[in-house]
Amino acid sequence: MPQAAARGAIRIDDVVKIYDPDGAAVMAVDHCSLDIEAGEICMIVGPSGCGKTTLLNAIAGFHEITSGTITLDGEILCDTAHPKAEPGSDRIVVFQNGALFPWKTNLENVAFGPTMQGELTRAEVVEKAMGMMADAGLAGVEHNFPGEISSGMRRRVEIVRALMNDPKVLLLDEPYRALDSLTKSVMHEALLEIYYKNKVTIFFITHDLEEAIFLGHKVAIMTTRPCKPKKILIVDIPHPRDYSALTSKRFRELMEETNEAVHEEALKAFEAGEKEG
Amino acid sequence: MARRKFDTRSITRGVISIVVFVILWEIGSRSKQWLGADIFTPVRDALGAMGFKKNYLPWIGAVPAPTEVLQAWAGVITDPSYWLSWYKSSLRVLAGFTAAMLIGIPFGLLLAVNRTAFGIGFPVFEVLRPIPPLAWVPASIIFWPTQELSIAFVTFIGAFYTIVINVVGGAKSIDVRYFQAAQSMGSSKWDIFRRIILPGTLPSIVVGAAVGMGITWEVVVAAEMISGGGSQTGGTGGGGLGFFIWNSYVGGSYQQIVVGMISIGIAGFISSELLRTLGKYVTPWLRLR
Repeated sequence: MPQAAARGAIRIDDVVKIYDPDGAAVMAVDHCSLDIEAGEICMIVGPSGCGKTTLLNAIAGFHEITSGTITLDGEILCDTAHPKAEPGSDRIVVFQNGALFPWKTNLENVAFGPTMQGELTRAEVVEKAMGMMADAGLAGVEHNFPGEISSGMRRRVEIVRALMNDPKVLLLDEPYRALDSLTKSVMHEALLEIYYKNKVTIFFITHDLEEAIFLGHKVAIMTTRPCKPKKILIVDIPHPRDYSALTSKRFRELMEETNEAVHEEALKAFEAGEKEG
Repeated sequence: MARRKFDTRSITRGVISIVVFVILWEIGSRSKQWLGADIFTPVRDALGAMGFKKNYLPWIGAVPAPTEVLQAWAGVITDPSYWLSWYKSSLRVLAGFTAAMLIGIPFGLLLAVNRTAFGIGFPVFEVLRPIPPLAWVPASIIFWPTQELSIAFVTFIGAFYTIVINVVGGAKSIDVRYFQAAQSMGSSKWDIFRRIILPGTLPSIVVGAAVGMGITWEVVVAAEMISGGGSQTGGTGGGGLGFFIWNSYVGGSYQQIVVGMISIGIAGFISSELLRTLGKYVTPWLRLR
């Protein structure tokens, strides 16, 4: 596997995003700065609709920023002069409700990236795909369509599809939102297991603080719209972690330390929603 | 994974419903024979009071009974011109439908992926679309050198709009995340067209084809009735099933009218089944729903 953590450092510097749909400018991201180290799991926590996804879309190159700079390993992805990053296989998104192609089998989905990039032969791609699927506990569903397997498995297939591109950064947008809590706990450990094998940088959006502290090296608690870091928490529980970490004393302390900040923002978001509604 | 099995129960239900339908039809059609009995005097009086004829049930009593229809069918089934009617109508449907698919799918895709093409093409399309296919019949007879071509053209018109609308709608409703994912993984524009837009639109194409096929049968029959279906050149059979019905009406053979109607029903059913089977084959991922 790639040498541990030598690549995938993201620097978000003073990024502003203003939506201007019909004259009424709405600030989604407000002078947001955040450093994510190479090979780090950085959890972005904030209430729904706070602007976290805007940040992710800017890194992925799906949307423009208004001003500021985002760099990946020192190279500029987008800045005020070039507000839209070029989407690329070094930054792969795992979407909120999943974006596996329903018309392709799981294997074809996983093989999609390398097939597009054309650096490997068909046989090599299939071999790599089968291997990675087996590693992620997906042996046996290669030739099923995504619609035929459980939603938890679909998420895993999608993460494997992302990793097949050998990305520097995985961008996960609340990937486990729709899963029940039992499946979720299994998926957390599965993600960590995949992470320990692959050591990519992970930019993980969630609104679940427990999930954030359990998975992350760093947890950035964001303010509600406009979005910027309110508090950055370094989680000093050593990796590799498993589910026993959830009941540890340190975990509870960290939860207590941050819970209030999250709750405050949730309350603000709720009130803002009331006003708009 | 559980795939849908051949369901004997629903087949049994279907057979029973058809048998019951035919029996009720037979009884209704024979009302001239049984309605004269004394016990039905009040029914006859009631019919009379409502302004209907007293000696048979309204509507259904005027329709030939299934047994008579079967007899008439047995009469024409050995007649080559009856089968020629089938052949002619099927050929026209196939020609019009195939042309509609071949032109409609690329045209719809072009409208869906290219904003300029959409801006230029769609308004014209939308103005022409409300014109019913049958309104094209006279113009079509003038436009096209042969009767055959003019009928095929009208059937083409019947299927074309439905197919295009479905393709445009289908392609435009593909989830933007699929495009974003494909783009991130290094797909070229052509890859995205071939691997995302085409398969993503396929279910809508199948739906459009099924609906279009139904319209095609409606249209071909009417077009044949109006135009005489080229019967001048092909003899009585050259007119197709539409002309077969019209001819039976003119000749006063009511049993044959029904034979013609049921023939069209069967032809339409076979076409839909074929399309459904083909549709399932090209969209295997939808089978599991």
